[in-house]
Parts: sequence; C-alpha cells; structure tokens
Amino acid sequence: MELLLVVVLGLLYAAGIFLILRRSMVKLLLGIMLLGNGTNILIFLLGTITKGKPPVIGPDQNVFQDIYADPIPQSLILTAIVISFALTAFAIVLLKRVYALVDSDDLDDLNTPEEEDL
Amino acid sequence: MIDNHILAPVFIHLFTAILQLIAWRKTVTQRFLSVGGAFIGLLIAIRLFAKVYTEGSLSMHASNWEAPFSIVFVADLLAVSMVLLTAIAGFAVSIFSSVGIARQRMLYGYFPIFHFLLMGLNGAFLTGDIFNLYVWFEVIIISSFVLMTLGGRKAQLEGAVKYMAMNILASTFFLTGIGILYGISGSLNMADLSIRIREFHNQPLLDVAAIFFLLGFGIKSAVFPLYYWLPSSYHTPPSAVAATFGGLLTKVGVYAILRVFSLMFVPDEFTKNLLMVMAVLTILTGAFGALIKTNIRRLFSYLIVCHIGFMIGGIAMFTKAALMGAVFYLIHDIMVKTNMFLIAGYIRQVRGTMDMTKLGGLYKAYPLISLLIALVLFSLVGVPPLSGFWPKIYLFQEAFVGGQYFFIAALIIGSLVTMYVIAKLWADVFWKNTPEDQPVEDKFKELPPFKKVLLLMPIVLLCSVTLYIGLQAEHVVLAVDRISNELLDTSSYVKTVLGDKVFKK
Repeated sequence: MELLLVVVLGLLYAAGIFLILRRSMVKLLLGIMLLGNGTNILIFLLGTITKGKPPVIGPDQNVFQDIYADPIPQSLILTAIVISFALTAFAIVLLKRVYALVDSDDLDDLNTPEEEDL
Repeated sequence: MIDNHILAPVFIHLFTAILQLIAWRKTVTQRFLSVGGAFIGLLIAIRLFAKVYTEGSLSMHASNWEAPFSIVFVADLLAVSMVLLTAIAGFAVSIFSSVGIARQRMLYGYFPIFHFLLMGLNGAFLTGDIFNLYVWFEVIIISSFVLMTLGGRKAQLEGAVKYMAMNILASTFFLTGIGILYGISGSLNMADLSIRIREFHNQPLLDVAAIFFLLGFGIKSAVFPLYYWLPSSYHTPPSAVAATFGGLLTKVGVYAILRVFSLMFVPDEFTKNLLMVMAVLTILTGAFGALIKTNIRRLFSYLIVCHIGFMIGGIAMFTKAALMGAVFYLIHDIMVKTNMFLIAGYIRQVRGTMDMTKLGGLYKAYPLISLLIALVLFSLVGVPPLSGFWPKIYLFQEAFVGGQYFFIAALIIGSLVTMYVIAKLWADVFWKNTPEDQPVEDKFKELPPFKKVLLLMPIVLLCSVTLYIGLQAEHVVLAVDRISNELLDTSSYVKTVLGDKVFKK
C-alpha cells in the first residue's frame, strides 16, 4: 500500500511540475491541481498508515492501549481539499475571463505593453 | 499568561465584514462601517500591544485543551507589533478607499473583502500553529485574488493570472513542508515543534523541509529567483489595493520566515549562506529593475523587491544586531511602502496618469502636499534622522562584524539606486514642468473639500507614524531589542505556549 502511494505521489508531483512548465493556461491550472493532490497524498503517507485501528477508546478503557490510526492527517487533508477546491473554482473563472478578453490560451500573450498602463 | 482578548483583532474585522455583507450595495453605509471597524481595530491593536509590552507574551488555547493538542494563538512582541502596524496601515487604507475606490468596485464588495484580508493578516501574525498559519495564508490569498481582479480590466486580469499561479504554488510548497514536518515530528504546534526538532537528528531531511518552507515563504515575500510575479502584477489594481498588498502581503512572508526559522529551523551554515546569496541577488535585481521603469507603481514594485533583500540579509546573519536591523526595517518598510502606493494613487487623482514622462509641475501646483510627500520619499531613501536610516546602521555594522562584504556592497548599491530613482521621480513628477502636449485633468481640484481631506489624511497619518519611527527611534529600538532577544532565545515563546512543565524534565 505504502509503495503504491509513493509511486502515485511521485507521478502526481512530476506530472504537476511538467504541466506547470507548459505555456498553456489550462495546463498550468491542471498542473497546480495535480500538485495539490500530490501534497494531500504526501500528508496521508507521512502520517503513517495504520489499518483497521480506529482512534476510538473502548468502553472498558480510559486510555489508548494499542497503536491507533492518527486522525490528524486526515483532518489536515480535508481542510486542504476544501481550500484547494475554492481556489480552483476561482482560478477557473479567472482563466475563463482572461480567455474571453485576450482570446488566447498562451501565457506569453499576457504581457500588455507598458504604454497601455494607466 | 492566558488571555482570550488575543483574538479580538481577528474578530473585529470578521464582524465588520459580516455587517458590510448585510449592507450589500449600500456603499455609504459600508464606507462608514469600514472606517469605524478599522478604527476600533486600531484601538484594540494598541491595547493588545500595550498589554504585551508591559506584561509579557500572552497565549490562547482553543477550548482550553492543553497546549500541544489544541490550536493556540500566541501574542509575543513581534506578533503584536505586526498586528499594530497592520491596524495602522489598514485604518489609513480604509480611509483612502472611501474616496479612492470607484463606486462600481464598492458595489461588488470591495470593503467586505478588504476586511477579510485584514482578518487573515491578523490571524497569520497571531497563530501559534503551523497548519493554522497555512489556513490564514489561504484566507489572505483568496481575499487578495478577489481584490486584485475586482473591476476586471484587461491588465488587471493579466496580472492576476501570474499572481494567482505563483501564490497557489507557494501554498502547495508550504503544505508539502508541513506534511514532511508532521511526518517526522508528529506535531503541528510551533512551540512543541521547536523542542521536538532538536531531538531529531536526521539533518538532511530537516533541510529538505526547511527548503520547502523557504520556497513557499520566498514566493510570498518576493525574494530573488521567485519574485517575478510581483512587478508584473502590483501595478494593475487600484492604488488603495496596491497599498495594502505592497505594504503588508510581502511582509507576511518575511514575518513567516522570521518565525519559522527562529523557532524550528534555526539557521545552520548552509541556510545562512543560502539566505545571504538570495538577499544579495534580491537587492541587486530589485534595484536594477527599478532603474529602467517610468511608471511610478512599477518603480515602487521593484523597490519593494529591493528592500525585501535588506530584511532577508538581516535574517541570514542571524545575530542580535542583524535581527534588530531586519525587524526595524520591517516596521519602517510597512509604513513607508503603504504610504508610497497611497501617494501614487493621489498623483493619479491629480494628473490622471502614473507615467513619469507625462507628469510634471506638481510642486508648483501643490507645494505643501509635495513637501509632505518629500518627507516620505526621504524616509524611504534613509536620510538621517528619518526612519529608513536607523535599521541600515545595524545592518551595516553587523555585516562588517560578520565579514559579509558582498552584502555590504549590495546594501550600498541598493541604497544608492533607491536614492537615484527617488531623486529622478522627484525631478520628473514634482519639479519638471508639465509636458506641453499633455492635457492636465485635475480630478482632485474638483472634489468637495471633505473628500480632499479624506484622501490626504491617510498620507498625513502614515507620514507622522514614519516621522515618529525616525525621530523617536529610541522607543522603537527598545521594542526591537526585546523582539530580537525573543527570536534568538525562544524559551520564553515556548514557555508561553506549553507552560512551565516543559522545562522541569
């Protein structure tokens, strides 16, 4: 399980960085999304995976007696997912507006010459 | 000491923003709410600062859980100083916005978002939990995205794409760093981390985590290889927005570097050298970029980059005097940079353009206001005894003691170029006659008197704070001295958060 996640993690980071280095705005956005997902898996992986041990204290005990699955990485990932969802939604709307104005998907076309400044 | 009033600077802006959302599309009500809210925020910040200054650091634990398990808010002297400066700058920008922002932008919610931004800034300064810091950073960037794109002009959206991409990337790096840090230490509380990291002996892995944090904060604070988004986006939004961004947003990155590198990754030889190289190159590239710009706000954007290098250089040396210089420069820079962008907005009101080749004759038209602006420009350049001068003494002194001759050269070049471009700006905008083919459309003259006062008041306010920092530098030095002590010896911070039990072992 860990090995699979490590491979997926590496692939997500590599693909994300590759896409960010492209000139297209849509690919930039996709790259950022992949990187974000890669980060989430990284947190999950580094929080050490423990199977079938829910972090619940039994009715006849006062403290944890056994190794248990750490819930914190999952709450971190949940927060990160919600935040990146909002950011991605904003980014998609922004890119759509820019595409409508500039009529191009190329990041190099985003440099209006300085004379047009206010 | 535990005190729940720490959260007041965060909540005041949250409540202000909610009230403004209720008053949606009623721009007059929103303006009053904004100025009122920012003023109460200022009073709260002053009270918090006074309390921390006299009684020592305070902390707040969410739902009264004990420290490493709860989310904590910590108000040490560095944090409350930043909160106080944010409150002053926020109050000034809020007054300026009530006249300087077009009604159309207000209708689409400029003011609520502005207060959400201030809330995020205060939260980021006060939190004592590294993941919570990430969340506040996200609050800051999502509000700043909206402020940057509000209005939707072509140039604005073009700048926003770069700004958005780089900032989301910075957050991703930051989050990766947090993930690694949690993996190796199992804690997110910064005070707890500072203890646990000392017991962790896999230095290369720690360095990797440190580099991720440095990348994330470096993009935000616009240091050398990561700053390109800043000059290509900061000249696009309205001046009031640019003032908040230029004065505060990059400085949050510097604050985060100070916090993380003093508490967790105490700089070793490798980090110090890395930071020093970045600082020198940041100063040089920022300075040379500023040389060729004719648009006032583009020029200021490069000056922001240049002066970030001064602070990073101070952090890189990591001795007491160097940190004093860096923190003092941070305090001076927030006030002056905010004011510079407000002044750029004022110039645009007066002449309708920010292109230095098309401007001129402002001294003839408004001699008194021009002299006031000259005072701010002198502070920026660092003419003694104004505020930019004192931190540089510490930086120079410490660079000589530490034998950092490249940094000294960069400091000299950076200061010299700043002086040159500011002198050029003064000659072009204020002394030179208006170019003859250039029509003068003075919107400022047609404004009713109370609006003129509202536009100038924030500039006067920030200018007087700058003068205070410069002329009463001994007061600031007292605070800065304590801050740098706390940064070098973090035991008081750790004690505030975790209580005495840590040191009994």
